[in-house]
Amino acid sequence: MCLAVPARIVELEEDRAVVDAMGNRWRARTTLLPDIGVGDLVLVHAGFAISKVDEEEARETWELLAQLDDFNATTNKLSG
Amino acid sequence: MNLNTIQKAQAAIKAACDKVGRRIHVMEVCGTHTVSIFRSGVRSILPEGVKLLSGPGCPVCVTDQGYIDVVIELADRDDCLIATYGDMIRVPGQDGSLESRQARARIVLSADDALQLARANPDKTVVFVAVGFETTTPATAVVVQDAARQGIKNFCVLCAHKLVVPAMQTLLSARNDRIDAFLCPGHVSVIIGYEAYAPVVDQYKRPCVVAGFEPAGIMEAMAEICEQVARGKPELKSMYQAVVTARGNAKAQALVAECFDVTDAYWRGIGKIEQSGLELKPRYEAFDAFKRFGITEIPGQCNTGCRCGEVLCGLIDPKDCGLFGRACTPQSPVGPCMVSSEGACAAWYKYGS
Ligand code: SF4
Repeated sequence: MCLAVPARIVELEEDRAVVDAMGNRWRARTTLLPDIGVGDLVLVHAGFAISKVDEEEARETWELLAQLDDFNATTNKLSG
Repeated sequence: MNLNTIQKAQAAIKAACDKVGRRIHVMEVCGTHTVSIFRSGVRSILPEGVKLLSGPGCPVCVTDQGYIDVVIELADRDDCLIATYGDMIRVPGQDGSLESRQARARIVLSADDALQLARANPDKTVVFVAVGFETTTPATAVVVQDAARQGIKNFCVLCAHKLVVPAMQTLLSARNDRIDAFLCPGHVSVIIGYEAYAPVVDQYKRPCVVAGFEPAGIMEAMAEICEQVARGKPELKSMYQAVVTARGNAKAQALVAECFDVTDAYWRGIGKIEQSGLELKPRYEAFDAFKRFGITEIPGQCNTGCRCGEVLCGLIDPKDCGLFGRACTPQSPVGPCMVSSEGACAAWYKYGS
């Protein structure tokens, strides 16, 4: 499945970030969100952060993702 | 999953359907909704009186056959390397799919990785297969600007980005009066903002409700939609307030506007929809794969018997296609709706109707 994944920004240099979701870390760009900083939660879609997201929404989505067998497949799918 | 919310939504939907006195048809236009709805069993808990149709919301499914043929043609050139999101790799063109050209195609997780591939392969021209709706378009804009700024010459994009709202309008104006309302996509709306659906509500008098992906949220949105239909008062509403605002992501919209012009586009099975696609602006011509290789996309003729077009328009259910589950399965797909895990046919096959 291909939900955009909420993740926390753990490293940030200009518009290049390392994000973390449930212990999975990967690189993402924050070009689309100019006012973002380390510690912020964002929704990451195909390698780009597309919006900020609050703790509650992030938690709900993580729970939903955790129920899926193919979490690792989620970040490489293209969503509508 | 919040049981109480779901039961309340079920009761509201049922009451609304009884009032309307016929089936209410709601179209979702988002591949992630399609999968979410099937997977979580939302379909099975929806009252009889409402039917969900899977519309043109999966980027792979709406990509025209002619475009796939161009991708394959470029993959067959010695000087090209194709960078594509994973979903596209198995979509059959007239002459096989990218899967059979693995030496010339790389799966990327983001547009940024496609540009990286170009940096790492200076002897090849990397062609990025730029498909997808408003959610993926800003990423393409970012890397085209990066490439221009950094003078990366061996990179170009084969742009087939599409716009959701013109497709929704076409579905209503052309061949289909069966759609009573739209369950609007979550992530597309993050970028464009829910006000973008105003024309659908104003001109076509159809409710447009944005929903998130969690089952209780989808049920609540369905209840809102059915109640609007029953009241005869279509409205614009976002029930995904955690991330969707009225205006969307202004930075993303500005980047897209800097890079692309709106143009006519071909949608698989639907045909040409005016002003429903994007092409690179002349100032980024050097990165336009169509121009660089002098190719024009010839709209595809599909003669496999695949009825994806009718599925995408909500005119038939996947099981009504004669090939469904027989000649066409996820293992050996005939059409893109079976290839993509977000496609309606694949979802029907995997989760049953
Ligand atoms: S079942 Fe296969 S052939 Fe039929 S419409 Fe779906 S994808 Fe096309």
